[in-house]
Amino acid sequence: MTHAAEDLRLPVNGLDYLILVIYFLVVLGIGFMARRSIKTSLDFFLSGRSLPAWITGLAFIAANLGATEILGMAANGAQYGVYTVNWYWIGAIPAMVFLGLVMMPFYYGSKVRSVPEFLLHRFGPASHLLSSIIFAVSAVLIAGVNLYAMAIVLEALLGWDQWVAIVIAGFFVLAYITLGGLSSAIYNEVMQFFVILAALIPLTVLGLKHVGGWSGLSDSITASHGDNFLTAWGGTGIGNPNPLGANWLTIILGLGFVMSFGYWTTNFAEVQRALSAKNLSAAQRTPLIAAYPKILIPLIVVVPGLIALVMEPTLGKEGSGLEYNDAIPVLMRDLLPNGVLGVAVTGLLAAFMAGMAANVSSFNVVFTNDIWRPYLKPGMSDQHYLSTGRVVTAVGVVIGMGTAFIASSFSNIMNYLQTLFSFFNVPLFCVFIIGMFWKRMTPQAGFWGLLTGTVAAMLNYFLLYKQDIISIPSDQGANFVSSIVAFVAGAVVIGIVTLVTRPKPVSELQGLVYGTRSPGLAEAPARGDDAWYRRPALLGWGAVILAALCYVPFF
Amino acid sequence: MSNEEPLPPHLTETEALAQEVEELEAKSASAARLFDIRRIIGALFVVYGIIVTAMGIAPSDSELEKAQGVNINLWTGLAMLALGILFLLWMYLRPVEPPSAEEIAEAMDRPDVH
Repeated sequence: MTHAAEDLRLPVNGLDYLILVIYFLVVLGIGFMARRSIKTSLDFFLSGRSLPAWITGLAFIAANLGATEILGMAANGAQYGVYTVNWYWIGAIPAMVFLGLVMMPFYYGSKVRSVPEFLLHRFGPASHLLSSIIFAVSAVLIAGVNLYAMAIVLEALLGWDQWVAIVIAGFFVLAYITLGGLSSAIYNEVMQFFVILAALIPLTVLGLKHVGGWSGLSDSITASHGDNFLTAWGGTGIGNPNPLGANWLTIILGLGFVMSFGYWTTNFAEVQRALSAKNLSAAQRTPLIAAYPKILIPLIVVVPGLIALVMEPTLGKEGSGLEYNDAIPVLMRDLLPNGVLGVAVTGLLAAFMAGMAANVSSFNVVFTNDIWRPYLKPGMSDQHYLSTGRVVTAVGVVIGMGTAFIASSFSNIMNYLQTLFSFFNVPLFCVFIIGMFWKRMTPQAGFWGLLTGTVAAMLNYFLLYKQDIISIPSDQGANFVSSIVAFVAGAVVIGIVTLVTRPKPVSELQGLVYGTRSPGLAEAPARGDDAWYRRPALLGWGAVILAALCYVPFF
Repeated sequence: MSNEEPLPPHLTETEALAQEVEELEAKSASAARLFDIRRIIGALFVVYGIIVTAMGIAPSDSELEKAQGVNINLWTGLAMLALGILFLLWMYLRPVEPPSAEEIAEAMDRPDVH
């Protein structure tokens, strides 16, 4: 990336910077304006459980649409081709719908404030503390990845020193979350979502025009990379070589089931947005509303990756100085005149901040609510926990800056993130899904299942894959396999431990396992929520069918 | 769970938690005091729309050439302006329901702990 620094410099002018400065001022303004709504720790951590579904839904998608996702998925588009849509249509939509329709009643109805807190009630303190610590560590690591990625991109594009970019972005995120808590984070995410769209849509339109529309694009790519590069499933038979280094089985089980369900249903940075909704119906609709933009995002992320491959055929090749991660910056440089260029730079920066803020605002909840409060300083006033949350936000941002450099050893940022997810989210999902549907599963099984799954994923990645004991052609393929290994190992241990230990009495599991009802579910639906277009089942199945239909042109 | 006080015998831990969150929810100020984000998004996009559209009113040849002959500033600017106006219009036509009289009275009774 450093080598590319000169090549990627954007010709920004004063007006572009004006657009950027206005954005930073508004971000800070939202923090100050949200401050007056913070009265209790619940306001700070979960927006007082008061937000409407369209806001939580857009924040849900924006928290996922960080710049690492945008740059990384465009990179995957250039590196692996149309296979990348699998991350969206099979690797996200089914899991988002499952979260909304099946899991949300347990999360929201049991009134827990975080995903680890759910484990506390279902299994007890051992698995609670373990998953809280794992989450806190991974949230800080991922925030660091965001900061680092942003610093190298800004250095290449604008010529800012890395530390300048890290300090400025870190400061703004720290300021607006410390001031306005989750409300401020969520409001900024909703705004960021629209700025990101305003950045990526013009870029895609101009790019398509440049390469001769979709037909021109597919002709060029077929000529240079073959037919399979433009299909979602071509060449994924078991034993067939393909750019992704994976076959249909590892795609469906590893990506579509284990990794995606692990990420979307148990990653608190996402689930937190739904928990801040004003009632159960709005909480259920949060991931479902987010699913529709998620289906369409490949159009403005993966397609630019393909366009970049045509416009810069040396992208990702040794010696060109351009990495796959540079796909979108290259297009910005070559296509956008000043004005729209400023919007695009702002959108990219907005996306970095959204990704980082989502991790920081979930980290402060888990640290304060699930580590500090039960195990270190119990029994203090609500105001004590509110100010702890504020301090922890600042500490989290500062540690995030420190961890940023771990990310530098991975050439494709998205691969690094997915490696982390396979370590942390998959075992958690394994424990959740079995614990929600199997009443008998014991507290000890929860703890040992979580621990074994995490260790198994790490062993598979560092020992079996990195030491070449088993042969997997790519990092991505290895992530899929690690996930499956983590899930299976966790599930086996859960089964064995459950059979030799004593389950919790059913009376203590009300609202926590399938087939029981929590007292919270008795709430009457709010006025207007019975409208047909607000019915969760309809929204959810609609998204699944639409995602399936999207595959038709790419078979 | 912190053992701040012994749980009443009829409450499980989970029910005690639910009760605590309900109490916090009742004291919460978010619903009553949080501003309407549609105003901010609307205003930001109107401002951006005006700036970017202005850039597109008299594009130079080199700018047009770079953007494949499309006056991209004009079109993007107008689209952003339209989005901003839509948000403001939406806010104007469907304002957030103000809290009911009882909710306000209840809020007045509580001392502000800032």
